[in-house]
Amino acid sequence: MDNQFPIQQIMDLNGIIVSPEYKEKITADLAKKFYRQLVRIRMFDRKAISLQRQGRIGTYAPYEGQEASQVGSALALHSSDWMFPTYREHGAAFVFGHSLRNILLFWNGRNEGCIPPDGKKIFPPGIPIATQIPHAAGAALAEKMKGTKNAAIAYFGDGATSEGDFHEGLNFASVCKAPVVFFNQNNQYAISVPIEKQMNSKTIAQKAIAYDIPGIRIDGNDVFAVYFETLKALDRARSGEGPTLIEAVTWRYGAHTTADDPAKYRDQEASKKRRMETDPILRLERWLKNEGLYDEDWVRNIETDATAEIEEAIVEMEAFPPADPADIFDHVFAEPTWQIREQKEEYLRLIGGVTT
Amino acid sequence: MSTAVRTKTMTLIQAITDGLGTMLAERKEVVLMGEDIGKNGGVFRATDGLQEKYGEERVMDTPLSEAGFVGAGIGMAVNGFLPVIEIQFLGFIYPAYEQIMTHATRLRMRTMGHYTVPMVIRAPYGAGVRAPEIHCDSTEAIFTHMPGIKVVCPSSPYDAKGLLIAAIEDPDPVLFLEPMRTYRSAREEVPEGKYTIEIGKGKKRLEGEDVTVISWGAMMPIALKAAEDMKAEGVQCEVIDLRTLFPIDRDIIAESVQKTGRTVIVHEAHATGGIGNDVLAIINDTSFLYQKAPAERVTGFDAPVPYFGFEDHYLPNEKRIKHAIRKVMMF
Repeated sequence: MDNQFPIQQIMDLNGIIVSPEYKEKITADLAKKFYRQLVRIRMFDRKAISLQRQGRIGTYAPYEGQEASQVGSALALHSSDWMFPTYREHGAAFVFGHSLRNILLFWNGRNEGCIPPDGKKIFPPGIPIATQIPHAAGAALAEKMKGTKNAAIAYFGDGATSEGDFHEGLNFASVCKAPVVFFNQNNQYAISVPIEKQMNSKTIAQKAIAYDIPGIRIDGNDVFAVYFETLKALDRARSGEGPTLIEAVTWRYGAHTTADDPAKYRDQEASKKRRMETDPILRLERWLKNEGLYDEDWVRNIETDATAEIEEAIVEMEAFPPADPADIFDHVFAEPTWQIREQKEEYLRLIGGVTT
Repeated sequence: MSTAVRTKTMTLIQAITDGLGTMLAERKEVVLMGEDIGKNGGVFRATDGLQEKYGEERVMDTPLSEAGFVGAGIGMAVNGFLPVIEIQFLGFIYPAYEQIMTHATRLRMRTMGHYTVPMVIRAPYGAGVRAPEIHCDSTEAIFTHMPGIKVVCPSSPYDAKGLLIAAIEDPDPVLFLEPMRTYRSAREEVPEGKYTIEIGKGKKRLEGEDVTVISWGAMMPIALKAAEDMKAEGVQCEVIDLRTLFPIDRDIIAESVQKTGRTVIVHEAHATGGIGNDVLAIINDTSFLYQKAPAERVTGFDAPVPYFGFEDHYLPNEKRIKHAIRKVMMF
């Protein structure tokens, strides 16, 4: 099966374009836009781990190593499309326009973090595995029924493809030709379970055959391949041809979350080797260098800008008003039932009113 | 000129079909989703003729995947539609439990009202029709335990249509339980067109002074029959039909129990963790000192709903209800 679904690249490990048909489309502006976003989300990820270690946010799910998959796919979306991320796609959500302050609030245990900026259709991160896949199918079907050209993208990992909701969502979407892209980031590990123990299938892309939809397997660390294949899948969706399954083969360098230690279940030497060879940022750097576009001052500026942006978001997150206990009760139903109203009144009276 | 609302004699299932048709005509956002609801009109014919009239997109036959189409319904609800989902039998809802528990009921809370799920899940429930295994469950308490979903259970054609329309117009998810045992057993005058019955309000079915009998759904005819029979023994029962299981109508319970001082709660679901216990909590909180006897519960047993060969033993019947009424009278 892996012969039928080879990993497609546009750019090889040395930053050389191996699919000549894209040469024209890959402009300096596009590549620089990608690079800026890759650096921006990596710096955020590292900072977030540090915040967790300092006790300034809660448990955090890092994505370092997977940035090309997240940046390339998010930049392929139209601003009016839907995004259904999981807990590991806040990089993609950030690139798509989510508020960094709210992303931090989410990781600091606040519901406010699930609210996207006005006009942005970003779902709260899916926590139970694969459950967001049917949501994306439904939201996409709704767009089709409204007669728009909007599409949806659903993110999920390799382990999610073992869940029933993966099958049910892909089956449903394929039957009703919903305009949705199922974007799998195959980072080859669940928490600790490697893909060989997760599935007998040699690829994830091949699972598309069952639904008679295209299954595309790409190098998830090649930002060009991710971007152009996601664009193609979105075009297909918008033109009424239905869903596509994209398998972006990638790797997370670190832990599943800050609550586990990857050295316990895998040889982290492999991560180091992968970083040298396949790292999404290093590869784009090689391309920029090959093209004579790499400029250290420009890179420093990107880093300075990103640092300022991240620091500002941290300040905003930490200056955010403390949790208002009334919010526990006020968003269960549009109108609270008598149980909720009385529980709220009694509790607030007991603690002497709203604490904010 | 007459202003009287025109009515039609209907069974409970016909009233549901009528309510669905009324809302399909009224609101273009309403879509029906479920297994075999199109040409077949659903296994109980609740959607009979609706696909023909409103098309395959609005009356959608879904793949056999309760988690998949409840999940897709959540996506559609968030994106401007009002999905009304049919689960063939309540006993088949369990694959969708995760979607309901972790998403449908929580999206409003997670996003502080930014995303909401105005969705109705309809499910026939209960035993007594000689149906196969798992087709007879009455597990409403699983859902009343979930914060963020209302649970409605009508017992009459008039209430079924009015509550269904209220459920479709409700801004939050509603589980709408249909007593399949009484789908076709009684007829009632049902108004044509749109009307609603407020969710969260019970109804007094019989006035009495001595004992309050509280029930709902498929148990109502049996509870009423037992109450009528008790008149011969000089006991006047007041019969309350809860109609909504979350949020329960506390006032109607308190008012009646404070009058009678004696309560018998009847439900076909298992006793432990059943809604009867919530009713007991309401009585405890509102009417403790009014009670003349400990309240009795007549319920299904804490055993899985058995094969239908045993269901007459499993289901509460008039004999058990009358026994409980005598018990609270004699305390």
